[in-house]
Amino acid sequence: MTFAGSPARESAGGGAFRSAEGARRVPLRHPWWWAGGAVLVLLIALFARLLVTNENMRWSVVLEYLFDGEILGGLVTTLELTVLAMVLGLALGVVLAVMRLSANPLFRSVSWLWLWFFRGVPPLVQMVFWFNLATLIPVIELGVPFGPALASWDTNTVVSSFSAAILGLALTESAYAAEMIRAGIQAVPQGQTEAALVVGMSRFQVLRRVVLPQALRIVVPPIGNDLISMLKFTSLVSVLATPDLLYSAQMIYSRNYRTIPLLLVATIWYLVLTTLLTLAQQQVERRMQLTRAAAGRAGDVRRLRFLPSFGKA
Amino acid sequence: MSEIPLLRIEKVGKAFGRHQVLREVSLDVHAGQVLCVIGPSGSGKSTLLRCVNRLEVPDSGYVYLEGQPVGFRWTGDGLHEMTSAQLAAQRRRMGMVFQNFHLFPHRRVIDNVTEGPVVVNGLDRATAREQAMGLLTKVGLADKAGAFPESLSGGQQQRVAIARSLAMRPALMLFDEPTSALDPELVGDVLDVMRDLARDGMTMVVVTHEMAFARDVADQVVFMDGGRVVEAGPPERIFGAPEHERTRSFLSRVL
Repeated sequence: MTFAGSPARESAGGGAFRSAEGARRVPLRHPWWWAGGAVLVLLIALFARLLVTNENMRWSVVLEYLFDGEILGGLVTTLELTVLAMVLGLALGVVLAVMRLSANPLFRSVSWLWLWFFRGVPPLVQMVFWFNLATLIPVIELGVPFGPALASWDTNTVVSSFSAAILGLALTESAYAAEMIRAGIQAVPQGQTEAALVVGMSRFQVLRRVVLPQALRIVVPPIGNDLISMLKFTSLVSVLATPDLLYSAQMIYSRNYRTIPLLLVATIWYLVLTTLLTLAQQQVERRMQLTRAAAGRAGDVRRLRFLPSFGKA
Repeated sequence: MSEIPLLRIEKVGKAFGRHQVLREVSLDVHAGQVLCVIGPSGSGKSTLLRCVNRLEVPDSGYVYLEGQPVGFRWTGDGLHEMTSAQLAAQRRRMGMVFQNFHLFPHRRVIDNVTEGPVVVNGLDRATAREQAMGLLTKVGLADKAGAFPESLSGGQQQRVAIARSLAMRPALMLFDEPTSALDPELVGDVLDVMRDLARDGMTMVVVTHEMAFARDVADQVVFMDGGRVVEAGPPERIFGAPEHERTRSFLSRVL
């Protein structure tokens, strides 16, 4: 048996070797691209006609309310809810992730239970629950556990519809963030921890200076994704009559019955915000790569001092 | 010698599961000495080194640094296990260089070196930078101060790792196969830096496969096999006239 290929049969060309050089080349045709494209263009055209010609869209009304004070106020509330819930959720998430990876079984179990509960209960149910907390616990007391109270507040004044919304959103986010951050921490090689310990860092310093900065860099893309989800989830607060973007639109159309145009106003703003967040996420990721590439090319510290350093958290 | 050895390893034993990696290993290293540990892979060399700074906790025996047991402190009623902060303080006296460098990839070279002094010792940033530049010059990498580790060659990364350890002004340097992950042509630069360090009087424990380095630089060479110290002595004797058959057969294969 030989490993060399069998000699080519002299069938198609018939006869001697034929060089391909200088021959006319015909690229592969894609007839289905054109067919599929035509169908899509048709569908887009139909949709565009619906948008433009359908009277009920009332674009003039949309324009009228797009920059309405009430709507813009709702927009600000939506942003406040998003940022607050996200910051609280992430901060809690870091703590939960570290607890979940702790050597202490009690910390691990508490973290597990927390995740199980807050990932399992829908944020909408939570919000309504927090809002009605006063029915369960009428007065919040601060003092010695099982002992005398030092201070107390009426639950209804502490838990407003806004803070109930924040609680529902942030606690759900904390559970999801904890899992992402845990994955990020576990993706940082063990050698990093050892190198930091050997320099003489305490466990806490290792976590804060070496492990977390690297773990958070790994989870920037999923957290950006979560931020966009969060923005949309804030619309749930309309059930608690918190005047966010959606609820502001709803209040207006309950007065003037122009439902579709006002829903369009809300839709446009949500799209604007998610687009901005997507762009911001891309920028953050690109910048992290750029700093490194730039520093890789030029070794001089002085020239690079003004570039952002992501290590200095 | 009557003085207290800088490092004393006393009957250290360690098992991973049912595998006994170290069996009653005892060694002394005096200030200014270079000890090279050689032996086949799996002989327990790296585990021994990691037991010295307690990255691995020995099952039995003790390690003493400057006369104090590593990981424990004396009180009236006996030995108390150290808190993580106390152990960290003790680890500052021992630098360690790893086979795979383990530089902090998110920090520039200069920040890798200043991190310990600034975060752990609370040194101000300007002084730390000045000191770090001095160390980087010493290892021949001052021009790479602003680079990120990933843009450096393995040999350069290892020299930065050495500078990072030296920045903490340790009394003892531990080297865990520092050149084993390097391309052959990069090994020389790293060994040169280590030679300089030995010449400056640094106390060093070096786990290595570089026999020529061990012969030139070591004051004491230890041959380990199967978790035991088979033979220890000055390099002339270990390389020139080994007593044990096991040492001879190992050296005949690596030299």
